[in-house]
Amino acid sequence: MSRSAPSALPVFISSLSKHYGAFCAVDTVSVDIAAGEFLTLLGPSGSGKTTLLMMLAGFARPSSGSVRLGDQEVVHLPPHKRNIGMVFQNYALFPHMSVGENIAYPLKLRGVGRMECGERVGKVLDLVQLGGYQDRRITQLSGGQRQRIALARAIVFEPRILLMDEPLSALDKQLRETMQIEIRRLHDRLGMTTISVTHDQREALTMSDRVAVFSRGRLAQVAAPKDLYERPVSRFIADFIGESSFLPVQKVSGGLAYGGQLLHLADAADADLPEPMLMLRPERLDVVYAGQAARDENTNMFNGTVRSVVFQGESLLFEVGLDQGDVVQVRQSNRSQCTENLPSKGERVDLLLNRFDTRIVRGEG
Amino acid sequence: MESHVPHKQRLWLYALTALILIFLVLPTLIVIPMSFSSANSLAFPPPGWSMRWYESFFGQEKWLLSAWVSLRVAFGTMIVATTLGTAAAYGLHVGSFALRGTISSVLIAPLAIPSILLAIGMFFVYASAGLLNSMLGLVIAHTLVAIPFVLITMTAGFKTYDLSQEMVARSLGASRLKAFFTVTLPQLKFSVISAALLAFIVSFDEVVISVFISAGPNSTLTKVMFSTLRDDVDPTIAAVSTLMLIIATVPPLVLQLLANRKREP
Amino acid sequence: MALTDTSLGHIRPPVTDAELAYNARALEKDRRRENIQLLRLALPALAIVIILMVAPIGWLFSLSFVSEGGGLSLENYSRILTEGAYISIFVTTFKVAVLVTVFCVLLGYPVSYVLAMLPDRWAQLLLLAVLVPFWTSLLVRTYAWLVLLQRRGIVNETLDALGLIERPLALVNNMTGVVIGMVHIMLPFLIMPLYASMKSIDGNFMRAAANLGSSPGHAFRHVFLPLSMPGLIAGTMMVFVMCLGFYITPSLLGGGKVQMIAQRIEQSVSLFPTWGPASALAVVLLVLTAGFLALSWLIVRRLTANQ
Repeated sequence: MSRSAPSALPVFISSLSKHYGAFCAVDTVSVDIAAGEFLTLLGPSGSGKTTLLMMLAGFARPSSGSVRLGDQEVVHLPPHKRNIGMVFQNYALFPHMSVGENIAYPLKLRGVGRMECGERVGKVLDLVQLGGYQDRRITQLSGGQRQRIALARAIVFEPRILLMDEPLSALDKQLRETMQIEIRRLHDRLGMTTISVTHDQREALTMSDRVAVFSRGRLAQVAAPKDLYERPVSRFIADFIGESSFLPVQKVSGGLAYGGQLLHLADAADADLPEPMLMLRPERLDVVYAGQAARDENTNMFNGTVRSVVFQGESLLFEVGLDQGDVVQVRQSNRSQCTENLPSKGERVDLLLNRFDTRIVRGEG
Repeated sequence: MESHVPHKQRLWLYALTALILIFLVLPTLIVIPMSFSSANSLAFPPPGWSMRWYESFFGQEKWLLSAWVSLRVAFGTMIVATTLGTAAAYGLHVGSFALRGTISSVLIAPLAIPSILLAIGMFFVYASAGLLNSMLGLVIAHTLVAIPFVLITMTAGFKTYDLSQEMVARSLGASRLKAFFTVTLPQLKFSVISAALLAFIVSFDEVVISVFISAGPNSTLTKVMFSTLRDDVDPTIAAVSTLMLIIATVPPLVLQLLANRKREP
Repeated sequence: MALTDTSLGHIRPPVTDAELAYNARALEKDRRRENIQLLRLALPALAIVIILMVAPIGWLFSLSFVSEGGGLSLENYSRILTEGAYISIFVTTFKVAVLVTVFCVLLGYPVSYVLAMLPDRWAQLLLLAVLVPFWTSLLVRTYAWLVLLQRRGIVNETLDALGLIERPLALVNNMTGVVIGMVHIMLPFLIMPLYASMKSIDGNFMRAAANLGSSPGHAFRHVFLPLSMPGLIAGTMMVFVMCLGFYITPSLLGGGKVQMIAQRIEQSVSLFPTWGPASALAVVLLVLTAGFLALSWLIVRRLTANQ
């Protein structure tokens, strides 16, 4: 986790709900965000992440619950009294003002003098690498520049927390990747508590200290990017973050089994989960010709037939039909020593999975 | 849209259109040469040119006084109707209360109801409220007629406006009111000016209601014109008409030109 | 399972159930207050319309059911529906409205069509010829027709000079004058919605029809005309309804010989203050107006739904 600025505040969200008639957009969500933390709310559209952000900003009124910035309850405060910086999806820069006037807007509202105003605008423009842009018109800016100006305007008044609603979705892919790193770097410098919303998992994993995944108005998991990927709690999360295949496993005495064969697990406690599923990340599996690999207590082996091989540049993607009927995806790096002798469509293969790469998840409806 | 019919084959259609457009424009513009006629009659073309009808207009108290009344009423209506109409349009656009649809229908209804009905209704209300023949009464009555125009214009304006602009202003520390005046209104400048102009013209040109509820020193120009026209055809009216034509068409024409220029940068 | 992440327990101030309940109540109150504030913005405008329009019309409505003696009756309605003087007023009103509407359609359709076909620059320019009269006071325009149509006015003089007539035609102070004047005033109200709806017809339909081998006339009748119908009907109904309640132009160009509903209402109220039949007449006018507008709305909705 990054260093937090002295002014950064923790955010405590308790039992926050938002109902629209019978529809529950956000359902009793509780989450703590540490001072200076970068938290991303991730989820498919309609999962409640944007509604939660709007409730933090004060634009949506919760049906019940509590939001505290530090020890202050803000759930009743109108947006302008919350002192929260916000970057909107479409940036919402004021077209009738110049870049400088846009950034000075929150300062003027706070009665900052002209001299200091100019100074702070100059400083924040330098920070977003657009020094000297004060007099430009908004219409003269490119998409990426608009994004930076919107960010500059949201942080110039040193808000207690920074909110971002899909901040990069309007940019093209390449620019998006550059900005992800830049925003993260800016966050590390300023140490501002930051909450961002996105539906792009890569963006969430790249920028955040922790990611909160939403599903149908509820919090499905909150974890650091690595934990989220390595230790998803449910099939939903595993599906949503990265690619994976799932195998239904049965509880037997001594652990879990697939196709009558006992599995070697990394964590024996996994066996107690309800409706357990074995999660298979495509890059963690190895594919070999049938009968070429020996079985040992650190390796799980599955037998099947190659259904298709797709060349994807940096890797090859295999689709293997297991003898039990399940279909599994396997990714093999495109390195010459690996790819020269790989099976092709229709051939019998064994799939190898190291026991330390096994992960059992809740298979939920 | 382009047509696949050769232009030659539709010459008759162009000719017909030209004739109809002339039918629309000429009678409107004919009052201009008429007003400079030297003759007492309404002969056209005028036998000679003079400024006598303008002298007659500026020399008669009934014309000057009523023109002054009309201008003041139109100005008052413009201010009141634009303010109330814009406020209503904003409330109805942003709010989420149940009666929104009903309220906006009621506010637009004056557009559809024959003015004679509005006139006798107002005549009755004003007679009991003591507002007959008063400036205030005229302004309120014309405001009623102008509100639908303001509401329609401003609602269209709000629809093209991105409300997240106002939200961002509020997140930056502006109250809703402050955000409205510093961010929303400046961007809807064009709609507001159009709405105000419409309100002004609607009031300035309004006849039927004015005929009923204005009299004496507070008669509007249209009321005086209407009663004069009923009695005889005084050529001074040509001068009055020319002035009215200028007041009512020049501002919207300028606005239209500005709008066109704005659209093609 | 609702997952909870309260990992900062060590510094997190506890939130009690009482606080949560208080928050929920306060939030509900805030929500109501905000809605009332927004509603309040519409109230001044609404008050004016209710006091000056809704209330008096309601009053007229109730008045129309009161007989001369003061009792509740349908006397006023039976009078205006049976007395010859009133019936002829209805006949005149409808005659004028129908004539004006028909002429407006005949003149307005080709103009809208040509404007919609022309390149935008030209259409914008020619549209001014529609907009200038639209913005001009109807008194000014009525006055202009008074001048043009009189015995020795330009129209008669021109026709005479061309040798088309021997004696001046009676063009004003009669039905002819009223219809000409009103067509002039109503035409922009037909052209503008019609032009807008024709503008939105996709040119590809017509081109597709042409490619499929239909003659221009056939394509027009079977593709363009039906597609322009909603705009045409909306415009036509609007013109018709506005004609029903017209007052100024018939009064000035009719020379007292063309009596329409609005004039009769005005006379009843100002000359002899008998509100009874006038209020019944007003209610009939209102119902006709509302009825035709509703009808046009229904037809247009039907047509657009079918497309």
